Amino acid sequence: MSAAEATTRPAPQDRVFPPVAPCVVVSLALVIVGGIWMASYFPRRPPLAPPTVLWVLSAALLVTGFVLLARVADFAWAVFGLVWRWALLAYVVTAGLIEFAFVHNGATGAPLALVTAMLVIFALDVATVIAVTVARYQTPPP
Amino acid sequence: MSDQVKDSPPQVAGLLPAERPLPARTIIPVRGLPIVAVVLVGLVAAIATGSPWALMLYHVAGGGLWTGIDLFVGFVVGPILGRLSIPARAEFSARFMPLMAIIMPTLVAMTLASGFQVAIILGNLDPSSPNHTWLLASFIVVGIMATIALGILEPANIAVLFEIRKPQPNGEVIARLMRRFIYTAGITGAMQVATLVIMTRVGSR
Repeated sequence: MSAAEATTRPAPQDRVFPPVAPCVVVSLALVIVGGIWMASYFPRRPPLAPPTVLWVLSAALLVTGFVLLARVADFAWAVFGLVWRWALLAYVVTAGLIEFAFVHNGATGAPLALVTAMLVIFALDVATVIAVTVARYQTPPP
Repeated sequence: MSDQVKDSPPQVAGLLPAERPLPARTIIPVRGLPIVAVVLVGLVAAIATGSPWALMLYHVAGGGLWTGIDLFVGFVVGPILGRLSIPARAEFSARFMPLMAIIMPTLVAMTLASGFQVAIILGNLDPSSPNHTWLLASFIVVGIMATIALGILEPANIAVLFEIRKPQPNGEVIARLMRRFIYTAGITGAMQVATLVIMTRVGSR
């Protein structure tokens, strides 16, 4: 990028940005609803069809968010990566705590697998929405 | 808080270097992390041992602080902050928000993990329990708060901290991000009051 292009680059808050964060927040909301469904039946075995559908929708929205993000040409990927890694570490700890609570109370088999899959999406969602929100307001390197 | 957002953009960006708070070397106060680790290890121990006292301590202390801080910051600190001078607001936020970034997630983890265990031990999750419906209501309330906190407020908090650290912070970006706290304060406040109603109802049965 030339110096002229750099000076005419719009301010971060004025750049058109795809709806990555809304996609990921809806994904997070769906996986939380799924988690509430599972927890509300615990320690009985819950019907798994509704939370599985929620998980699939949630995962699809997360993937959609990443696809939209990958198409952004002018983006501070280094900042995104830095924030994403640390946020993921923090929320893996949180997810691990929730997983521990389920395992400790005797969750096994398909319900436990579904809870684990939901927690993976949960941690990825939170890390991604934090990293996107931070990086979108950073000036990308020329 | 609305005054803060309305006035902030041009003035924060135009702060003189001497008026600006010194940015911290790290976004998150690293010195607080060992305390967080101790709290979380204690939480795991409380769940693993099933100690009713330890679980209740974590749940009541964590929940009380979570609700109290949320309401106090939203409805007491926020409006006061909005009436401070711009440099005072910037300095307060630069010192306050990093702490909130580690305190609130820790309190939430304490409250929810121990609360789930308490509910199992007391049998409140059993469908035959008179508290079952109230517990489901509390799950929904927590779900709404978690979505707002993790999906909207926490990202804004971290993004503001990144912006404040820049040599020339962009006031418009900070104002745009801070607006999220104002838009959600009412919802968060209502959910916290609902939590108080539900939990006192459950506790009195």
